[in-house]
Amino acid sequence: MIWQQLQSLAGSYPLALRGLGMTVMLSLISLVLGTLLGFGLGILRTGGNRLISGLIGAWVDLIRGTPFLVQIFLIFFILPEFGIELDAFTAGIIALTNLAACFICEIVVAGIRSVPTGQVEAALASGLSRWQRMRQVVLPQAMRIVLPPLVGQYVLLIKDSSVVSAIGLTDLTRVGWLVVQRVPNGLLVFFLVGVGYFIVCYPLIMLARRLEQRMGAAHGEVQL
Amino acid sequence: MLENFSFRTIVEYLPLFGQGLITTVWLSALSFVGALIVGIVLCAMNLQRGWLFRVPAKAYIDAVRATPLLAQLYFLYFGLPRLGFVLPELVVGILALSLNSGAYIAEIIRAGILSIPRGQVEASVASGMTYVQRMRLVVLPQAFKVTIPPLLGQGIVLVKDSALLSLISVSELTRAGQLLASDRFMPAEGFLTIAAFYLLLYYGLKGLAGVSSRWLGTAGART
Repeated sequence: MIWQQLQSLAGSYPLALRGLGMTVMLSLISLVLGTLLGFGLGILRTGGNRLISGLIGAWVDLIRGTPFLVQIFLIFFILPEFGIELDAFTAGIIALTNLAACFICEIVVAGIRSVPTGQVEAALASGLSRWQRMRQVVLPQAMRIVLPPLVGQYVLLIKDSSVVSAIGLTDLTRVGWLVVQRVPNGLLVFFLVGVGYFIVCYPLIMLARRLEQRMGAAHGEVQL
Repeated sequence: MLENFSFRTIVEYLPLFGQGLITTVWLSALSFVGALIVGIVLCAMNLQRGWLFRVPAKAYIDAVRATPLLAQLYFLYFGLPRLGFVLPELVVGILALSLNSGAYIAEIIRAGILSIPRGQVEASVASGMTYVQRMRLVVLPQAFKVTIPPLLGQGIVLVKDSALLSLISVSELTRAGQLLASDRFMPAEGFLTIAAFYLLLYYGLKGLAGVSSRWLGTAGART
C-alpha cells in the first residue's frame, strides 16, 4: 500500500519540480522588484515631504493591516473591473511585489533613522548633494540595521508565495494539493512539500541569524 | 470601473459579514491562547541544558519557521484523517494556527528571557533564591515587559493568517467575502468589505499595542 503510494508519488515528481520552479520564480521576481520599490519608498518616506511620506505611510498601513489572501483576491478580481486584464501569474507578482515593498519600506525607514543626524549634517557641511548624501553616507551605514531583517523578509516572501495557489497558480503548495487528490496520504505529501520549502528557506534563515549576530556583535548592540 | 458598486448588496449581506467577523475574532483569540501554551512549553524545552528536550524543540521551531502556514494547514487537514482523527475544519484550523504561532511565540519569549542581564540572575543565585523564586520574582516580571509588544504584533499576524482558514472552508470573515463574490459575482463588494473589517481589527490591535507599550514604558521608568 505504502509502496504503491511511493511509486505514485515518484511518478508525480516532474509536477513537483515545476511547482518548486514556480515558487522560486515567483519569489525571485517579486523579491528583486519589491526590494527596489521598497528602498525607493523608504527613501521617499524619509525625504521630508510631509504629503508623500504620509501617503506612503497610509498605504503601508493598509497593506500591513489586511491579510495577503484578501490582497490577492482584490488584485485578481477587481483590477479587471478597471479594464486591466491580468493572468494569475502577473496578479501574483503584483501582489507579492507590493507586499514585499511595503515591509521593506518600513525596514529601510528604520535603518535610515538609525543613522545619527550628525552624520547627515557633516555630509551637508561637506557640500554633498542630496543623492550623494544618501548614497555615500546614509545608506551604507543604514545597511547594518537593514540587512538582517531584509533577509528575514525574503523568507516571509517565499512563504507568502504559497498563498497565490488560491488563485490557481501551480506552485509547490498547489502541487501538493493536486497530488493529494490522487495519492490519499496527506501526511506524506505535505511533508514532502514542507521539505521543498525548507530547502529554500532554511539557508536564508541561517543567513539572517548570522547577519544579526555579526552586525550586532560588531557594534556592540543587541537587536531583538 | 466600479460604477455598479452596490452598497445595498453589502448591507444585505451584513449579517453574514458580522458572523464572519465574530468567528474570526473568537477563533483568533482561541488560537492565540493555544499558541501561548505551545510557545511557553517550547520555550521551556528550548532553554534546557540537556539536548533531550532542546533539540526537538529547536527542530520544531525551525521546521515551522521555514515552511508556509498554508502547507502546514493542508498537512493537518489532509493528514489528520489518515491518523484516524476526523476533526471539523474549524478545529483543524485553530490547531494549525496555534501550532504555527506557538513556534514564533516561543522565540519571542526566549528573546525576552535572554534580555535579562546575566548579573541579575547571578545576584539572585547569590541571594540564595531557588530556581522558581528566581524565575517568578526576578526574570519573568522583567521579561514580561519586553515580551508584550512583540506578542501583540504576533496577535496581529495571527488574525491576518486566520484568513487562510477560508481555504479549508471555515466560515470566517474571508469566507463571507468569497461567498458574496461567488453567489452574486460581486468580488469588489465582497473583498473590499472584508478588507475594511480586517483593517478595523488591525487598527484596534495596533492601538492596544501602542497603549501597552506606553503603559509598560512608564512602568519601566518607575522601577
